[in-house]
Amino acid sequence: MSAVDEIKKIAPTASKEVFKTMSMNIGPQHPATHGTLRLKVELDGEKIVKVEPEIGFLHTGFEKLGEYRNYNQFVVISDRMNYLSPLNNNIGFAVSCEELFGVTVPPRGQYIRVIMAELSRMADHVVSVGLQGMDLGAFSVMLWTFIEREKLYDIFEAVTGARLTTSWTRVGGVFRDVPPDFPELVNAFLSKFPAVIDEIEYMLNKNRIFMDRTIGVGTLTKEQAISHGVTGPMLRACGVDYDIRKVRPYLCYPELQFDVPTRTEGDVYARYQVRLAEMRESIKIVRQALEKLPGGGPNKEKLPVNSLDHKVTLPPKDMVYHDMESLIHHFKLTMPGHGLIPPKGEVYSSTETPNGELGFYLVSDGTGLPYRVRIRPPSFYNYTTFVKQTTGRLISDAVACMASINVIAGELDR
Amino acid sequence: MAIELMALLKAVQERFGDDVLGHSEFRKQATLRIKHTANVKVLRFLRDDPSAKFEMLTDVTCVDSLRLPDDMLIEYPERFAVVYQLTSLVHNERLRVKAYVPEEPCEIDSVTGLWDAANWGEREAYDMFGVVFRNHPDLKRILMPDNYEGHPLRKDYPLKGRGERDNFPKYTEIVES
Repeated sequence: MSAVDEIKKIAPTASKEVFKTMSMNIGPQHPATHGTLRLKVELDGEKIVKVEPEIGFLHTGFEKLGEYRNYNQFVVISDRMNYLSPLNNNIGFAVSCEELFGVTVPPRGQYIRVIMAELSRMADHVVSVGLQGMDLGAFSVMLWTFIEREKLYDIFEAVTGARLTTSWTRVGGVFRDVPPDFPELVNAFLSKFPAVIDEIEYMLNKNRIFMDRTIGVGTLTKEQAISHGVTGPMLRACGVDYDIRKVRPYLCYPELQFDVPTRTEGDVYARYQVRLAEMRESIKIVRQALEKLPGGGPNKEKLPVNSLDHKVTLPPKDMVYHDMESLIHHFKLTMPGHGLIPPKGEVYSSTETPNGELGFYLVSDGTGLPYRVRIRPPSFYNYTTFVKQTTGRLISDAVACMASINVIAGELDR
Repeated sequence: MAIELMALLKAVQERFGDDVLGHSEFRKQATLRIKHTANVKVLRFLRDDPSAKFEMLTDVTCVDSLRLPDDMLIEYPERFAVVYQLTSLVHNERLRVKAYVPEEPCEIDSVTGLWDAANWGEREAYDMFGVVFRNHPDLKRILMPDNYEGHPLRKDYPLKGRGERDNFPKYTEIVES
């Protein structure tokens, strides 16, 4: 007697479908969910019949909080959103604010921002590749990549004073210039890093287990990806060479030579390859930017890093003590209800973060506090494809897909 | 703003007549203002027409105009504005479309039929602002708990909430077994 017949004998009125599927919860506390995510899964054996992602466990109300903080205070919130690449979020928010205020950053400021953004992109990609390996059983890759991230975090600490909660940017600039030995620090890292990418490739690219579990898994077509609003490495793995740094350039990206790596397969393996290739491009960008950095590391000519429009950025302390106008600017900028007042209007501005397009939609009513701060997180729209990627596949594929999306729960739930 | 986009906005205005309320520009970003009853047909035109081809819905969100100063109410004639950020990969253009939703009835048609991205975006707008999207396949709260009352991003909702945290069910007794 088969199992179904046996159950039918016990419960004759129940339909056959009841016995076929099993509901299972994955998360919210689960090592493979990369944060507090929950999946409600209907299983037929090991096959996923239906999957429903549930999010919101890390909802912190950042958008509401943004309406009660001024533009510089929100920088602190912007890096709490993303715990893998906080610098990119800082820079993304600063770029959006500068578009609203209509200020430009001097070349030196732009170059150090680009260098830090690309270093942060490497830190994000290297960890995301490592975690992808770990989820599929290649534990040593994760350990090796975390060593590299530590080295990058040491550079971040030297520049921003913090490893994770960087809060580095201000509207119109950054809070301080880079240390004099900055180029040496970065070059020391860059001289060793390409070898590490080679090692990762050597461990994973032709690894039979890794290939079996990633090739052809979670495939998205170009049309599906575009319809879902997918951006970043996931979109480029589907064969669309869409990169905000190229198509809508910001900061000094137009002056730097780099390629946008793409793949056409659209599966998990393609996303892994795109991430690796992007790290190599980032190395190229950082090397060029360091060469072109106005003033070099020590900045002997005292080239400005912040905008000279002191209605937006704080004037140097020296000027505050000896110049009446600068004293007024300082006072107005630091007192609540005074300075840093944008014009009335609204902008949507986006930057390319490691996961894709991070947009800020700022509505200003002409006061010091933004009227509405909308954050367009890349993870949110990338994660909407999860149902399409996993339905009809094995439950172990869900883990591979989840890792390749690289969901940042802080940004997903805000 | 590129000349092409300007011509497109004029063409949209001619084609849809009264449904289009106007367009504006700030910091080289174009905004098209439409009536909420016409959102699906205007957006379908913007997605499919070869001169527009906005095939990606980058973001959909909402703005509550309750506390806006009077001189900005031209941009926000109704209580809520559902804001669509469109991206055209072919023409490399961006367009913002605003559809105005009155407070009562707070309803607008869903655009999930045009873009899959609208599914979660509209759920979030519903969750945070209480705008109901008609014909949405699965309209329920996405970030807040299912039994939550109120819509946190509305301007009349206080920052610290309405005491939801204090009124959580608590276990005050230690049950001895």
